[in-house]
Amino acid sequence: MAEGLSLPVFDYTLRMVALGSGALGVVSGALGVFAVLRKQGLLGDAISHAALPGIALAFLLTGSRSTMVLVLGAAAAGWIGTLAVMQIVERSRIKEDTALGLILSVFFGIGLVLLTYIQRVPTASQAGLDRFLFGQAAALVGRDVALIAGLGALALLVTALFWKEFKLLAFDRAFGESLGIPMRTVDVVLTSVLVLAIVIGLQTVGVVLMSAMVVAPAAAARQWTDRLGVMVLLSAAFGALAGVSGALVSSMVERLPTGPTIVLCISVIVLASLLFAPNRGLVWNAARRYRSRRRLRVQSVLVDLYALARQHEHLEHAHSTAAVRAMSYGRGGTLASLRALEQRGLVRRAGRDLWSLTPAGIREAESLLAVGDREAP
Amino acid sequence: MSPELEIQLVAVVVAVACALPGVFLVLRRMALMSDAISHAILLGIVLGFFVAGDLTSPLLVVGAAATGVLTVALVELVYRTGLVKEDAAIGIVFPALFSVGVILIARYAGDVHLDVDAVLLGELAFAPFDRMEVAGRDVGPRGLWVMGSILLLNVAFIAVFFKELKLTTFDAALAGALGFSPALVHYLFMSMVSITAVGAFDAVGSILVIALMIAPPAAAYLLTDDLGRMIGLSAAIGAVSAIAGFWLSFLLDASIAGCMATMTGVAFTASFLFAPERGLVAAVRRRARQRLEFAQRMLAIHLAQHEGAPDAVEESRVDHLHEHLRWTPEFAGRVVRESERRGLVRREGERLWLTEFGRAYADRSFVAD
Repeated sequence: MAEGLSLPVFDYTLRMVALGSGALGVVSGALGVFAVLRKQGLLGDAISHAALPGIALAFLLTGSRSTMVLVLGAAAAGWIGTLAVMQIVERSRIKEDTALGLILSVFFGIGLVLLTYIQRVPTASQAGLDRFLFGQAAALVGRDVALIAGLGALALLVTALFWKEFKLLAFDRAFGESLGIPMRTVDVVLTSVLVLAIVIGLQTVGVVLMSAMVVAPAAAARQWTDRLGVMVLLSAAFGALAGVSGALVSSMVERLPTGPTIVLCISVIVLASLLFAPNRGLVWNAARRYRSRRRLRVQSVLVDLYALARQHEHLEHAHSTAAVRAMSYGRGGTLASLRALEQRGLVRRAGRDLWSLTPAGIREAESLLAVGDREAP
Repeated sequence: MSPELEIQLVAVVVAVACALPGVFLVLRRMALMSDAISHAILLGIVLGFFVAGDLTSPLLVVGAAATGVLTVALVELVYRTGLVKEDAAIGIVFPALFSVGVILIARYAGDVHLDVDAVLLGELAFAPFDRMEVAGRDVGPRGLWVMGSILLLNVAFIAVFFKELKLTTFDAALAGALGFSPALVHYLFMSMVSITAVGAFDAVGSILVIALMIAPPAAAYLLTDDLGRMIGLSAAIGAVSAIAGFWLSFLLDASIAGCMATMTGVAFTASFLFAPERGLVAAVRRRARQRLEFAQRMLAIHLAQHEGAPDAVEESRVDHLHEHLRWTPEFAGRVVRESERRGLVRREGERLWLTEFGRAYADRSFVAD
């Protein structure tokens, strides 16, 4: 039992890291749904990069390295960056992808200028600022977790309050406008909440990887459901799962940075969802395709046998496998199809390697051909 | 050559080499592919580093370029499933590859000189210290030779495939119908983007590569409609931003690459605001001019309507316009002055008379042009 006390759950640092990462996963997962549905998945990438100058400026102006101040600076810069993207797209012929890439990289460049400038000012030390660049989940303390949870709760609360409006914005903006809802304002509110969700994650997973926390849980959740409410809940759950498991795994293996581990965890969830989600999953899709192709093949063998039999006096005339195979040259699987038909009682063996239709098989073949005739133009 | 001159030379070569493929990234709406590629090549650099053992091996460039192309292929694979949109496909693929790269560095390369900072941020100031030697003779900074070769490769690629690139960019369906393979051109082009991003990363870092690829072409896109001119302008804007960035960094004692990216941002902002036809200022002025023109037409119609009517005297007074047409007195004054100048109206004190030309103008306004 004494062993149990040293389990990771009881370690303060790890508990904080896991809690913080989990909370971050919930918030970015939930808000990411709207970004992904609006095909703005990469807005998260732009916002997180654009936050860098805000962090540097906040430090430069206040001299404070407290998470609260830096996060506010990040939020302000991220927000300005997003508005700049919107303005560029609206007021020029520049497309959204270019605007995003432009703001992302130029803001990051400005941030880098400020960071290196700070570094070279003798009185200030840059230490603590580049944890935002790559994330340093291991440095999370209780205060940081409280901040993540507090701001995250605020973001979720706003989402709950504006649920209907956000839904309209995601699916039918024009309809919302026709109802008299100021969709531009709703857009700005949603974007602000997204900015909030992103900046609280920066010090955990870092600027570069934050975009994955926005896109991936939502993309995974999308595969499991067609309902917005369920999708938001699922996405939040996936985000939390990735956050917590990433934190645990990285604590158990030496020299495994937390941020990238969390991202790999969420990538695994995405991969599993793409492959195995019911209805949309690639595996089920392939299985469905295989089954229907097989059914078609069996049916066509039955009809082939019928066509052969029609050339003889009675329809139960037996034919060899080779003869049936010749009818469906190149399709393969003839013998397996004949066996499947035998099992269903539509075909029977009339000797070694000889097959003939049963009365039920004749009826089935005729009805298949009748359907084919009816459907042909 | 002095180190300062060498740095500027490298900066200009990097900026121009990035701007050339950037033009097509912007036009093909694939700007964010540069984001994905430049991040994902970290993995290729790391793997190449493990195989080759040092950061100067050409194997790194090959490995990283291959990773870039792999990224493009993976994004397309995910997108083609139809389960996610393209933006999400990009957002899923590159962070995963980047994470693998970071983890590999943290676990196996911690003791050698390869850290994420260096790859992400780059440091141009070190360019003059890394020399290229041929037969024991110093022939200049290595970065200059590497990027110079990539620049030449880009120029050659665009020159040879100009027609194909142009066609697949503006009308992929037509290109396919004419027998060009859009997919082949696409992958060749993406290989160029990857190679350029790899070559540029140790000068400016993988994130600022994006700025050098996207911002100059975006600025040029607002200045011209001609593809050839856009390529030339992008290269020029990139080069000027590079030199301006160098001097800004000199002034602030800050990161050269960061300053270059900042200056490309300044160049874009200038173009966004002041481009002769598409700039914000031009648009505002055009709207103001249209408003004034429309107001003159209104004035002519107004005077023509009341001409000869009993209320003509009342309706034709300048100080009455702001009541009837809801114009501010200042705006009314401007409209009247402008109309007088064009010979639409004649003014006697407060009374306005329509000229012959003005009457014809008002009549014409009712007929659809």
